[in-house]
Amino acid sequence: MHGNLDAMPAISAHQVTKIFGAGPGSVTALDSVSIDIQRNEFFTLLGPSGCGKTTLLRLIAGFDHPTSGRIDLEGSDISYLPPFKRPVNTVFQSYALFPHMSVAENIGFGLKMLGKSGAEIDAEVDAMLKLVKMEAMRDRSTAQISGGQQQRVALARALAPKPKVLLLDEPLSALDLKLRKEMQIELKRLQHETGITFVFVTHDQEEALTMSDRIAVMSAGQVLQVGSPRDIYDRPSRRFVADFIGETNFMDAELVSIAKSASRKASLKLASGKQIAASLPEGDMALGKVTAVVRPEHASLTTPKASSVLAGTLETVVYFGTDTHYHVALTTGGMFTVRMQNARGQAGEFKEGDKVGIDIDAGATQVLRD
Amino acid sequence: MTDTVPASQQSSTSGADAGVAARKADIRSRWMLASPALTVIFFAALGPLLIMLVYSFLQKGSYGGIVWSFSLDGWFNVFLKRDIFDDTLGFADGHLSIFWRSLRLSFGTTVLALLLGFPTAYYIATRPANLRPVFLFLITIPFWTNLLIRTFAIMEVIRNEGVVNTLLMSLGVISSPIQMLFTDFAIMLGMVYVYLPLMVLPLYASMERLDFRLVEAGYDLYATRMGVLRRIIVPMVKPGIIAGSILVFVPSLGAYVTPRVLGGGKNMMLGNLIELQFGQGRNWPLGAALSITLLVIVMVALLFYVRNASKSGVKSHG
Repeated sequence: MHGNLDAMPAISAHQVTKIFGAGPGSVTALDSVSIDIQRNEFFTLLGPSGCGKTTLLRLIAGFDHPTSGRIDLEGSDISYLPPFKRPVNTVFQSYALFPHMSVAENIGFGLKMLGKSGAEIDAEVDAMLKLVKMEAMRDRSTAQISGGQQQRVALARALAPKPKVLLLDEPLSALDLKLRKEMQIELKRLQHETGITFVFVTHDQEEALTMSDRIAVMSAGQVLQVGSPRDIYDRPSRRFVADFIGETNFMDAELVSIAKSASRKASLKLASGKQIAASLPEGDMALGKVTAVVRPEHASLTTPKASSVLAGTLETVVYFGTDTHYHVALTTGGMFTVRMQNARGQAGEFKEGDKVGIDIDAGATQVLRD
Repeated sequence: MTDTVPASQQSSTSGADAGVAARKADIRSRWMLASPALTVIFFAALGPLLIMLVYSFLQKGSYGGIVWSFSLDGWFNVFLKRDIFDDTLGFADGHLSIFWRSLRLSFGTTVLALLLGFPTAYYIATRPANLRPVFLFLITIPFWTNLLIRTFAIMEVIRNEGVVNTLLMSLGVISSPIQMLFTDFAIMLGMVYVYLPLMVLPLYASMERLDFRLVEAGYDLYATRMGVLRRIIVPMVKPGIIAGSILVFVPSLGAYVTPRVLGGGKNMMLGNLIELQFGQGRNWPLGAALSITLLVIVMVALLFYVRNASKSGVKSHG
């Protein structure tokens, strides 16, 4: 425990591997995952089901223990502590409210187990009910309240013991869309008001982008990229990340030169023979064949002209209200999607079958590691 | 906030008459479906019970049987006895001590079966789903053998020259055999052995339905293993505990074969006392009165138990 305590990560995973079972039937759920989660951070583990995000959460909670590697909580090793000895609480996907206890008894359970006095528990339960706006439900049975209210009780129950880290396992997945939006804002507010580190697990990329301070994108037991929502969206470093989050265009290209400075800029030669500037992912890159990505909204259609980076035939036009998606069959092969906002009076500028050129915004091209 | 209206409240009132008719038809068909079972219960249980009730108020015949004239002697003899020499009244302490032993041993059996059955049921319920039927199958194996044979098997194990004593003596732990057979301990051991599956099965049934995420939630909220057991698992499997306890306690109280074989006739329980009156005792009215008394004890015990259990037990699940 050296150095500035405030600079110490709330959770720090060092090369954590988790293997379920043994022998040929064993499953590697986590493959040497290292991750630092800072204090007071809203940190999201994002990935498809089976990517290991829930396993990592369960290791932090203490329901399972790592096969190898170490998990630190504020600098001290908690890898093998039982859940009841960790200042970490969980909001379960199913809420897991105790059906034989009232709302207040559920919220007070953790405090009671910590040996707090009756008066202290009562005061804290009232404060928590106020925090999640459930004062009127204090003595209800958990079976008598709606799904959204159960969600709030589950949150209050996990927050009441004032954990150092709050784990949330897809807590919004059981709610309908309207309630989910409401709870997203509510969760951000709670995180802000309590100053507790939130570790949020979801497979919903939109939810991850809107709520998180930082996101770790996971796939097949590995963390592929960690960064702010903007980083993850604008600067994906791996094919999986670019594909999983949002819509994107993949282009085969050749890396022809890398800038000497630390700007991580490079020059790309596209299949059309045109050269454009691009950003490189972290780490060393070699010259040669690469894949680059461009988000549909970072490109625009033009009438065919010599300066266009790409050219092709407009195949389909899909109108979305606020914007329109144009699917272009490139002359060099493959498809490219362009998304443009609909401005007034612009309708029908491009029609299916038109020959078109495509311009890409400066700095919008990102080179992938794989 | 977003309370949903139960579907039942949404039905329109105009269909109320049709609803009543449908409910009547439903009740009628339920009675029809239950009638075979009700017939069996009436003729095989209620009928004999009524006969017993009538017999308990009649005079005993000199060579067994009954004489058809009203008498309270049967009931009188359940609790009181007249001294043969000086005609003074006293409590039938022989009977009372048998009542007391029956209650004590049945209670002990229930507690022991619960202590043994609870971890067993928990173990089975936490196995992978494809292994659970195997364990349940193993639990039912003792039922394949006749009760009498199983009881004699226990006798073989615990008698003075039996497996346990021989083993302990050859190991030099003891120098002379421990008297286990023909003691209350032997009766209780036999009853626990015989009735344990009746405890395990209902316990397993409620544990299988237990949401183990609630157990994790308990650990997560700083409850230790004991805390989770006491505050989450036990309250939630309470219906199973109640059912299992009743299923063990009731037959224990009326047990006949086990105390007869393992108690050696000296340590009688109610079942043996009743049998004695209909057999060698040739006092049918007393036997009938004792039977009814046993029934009343069981019912009072059940009422008391269920009342207490539901008072502190699981709140209704809406």
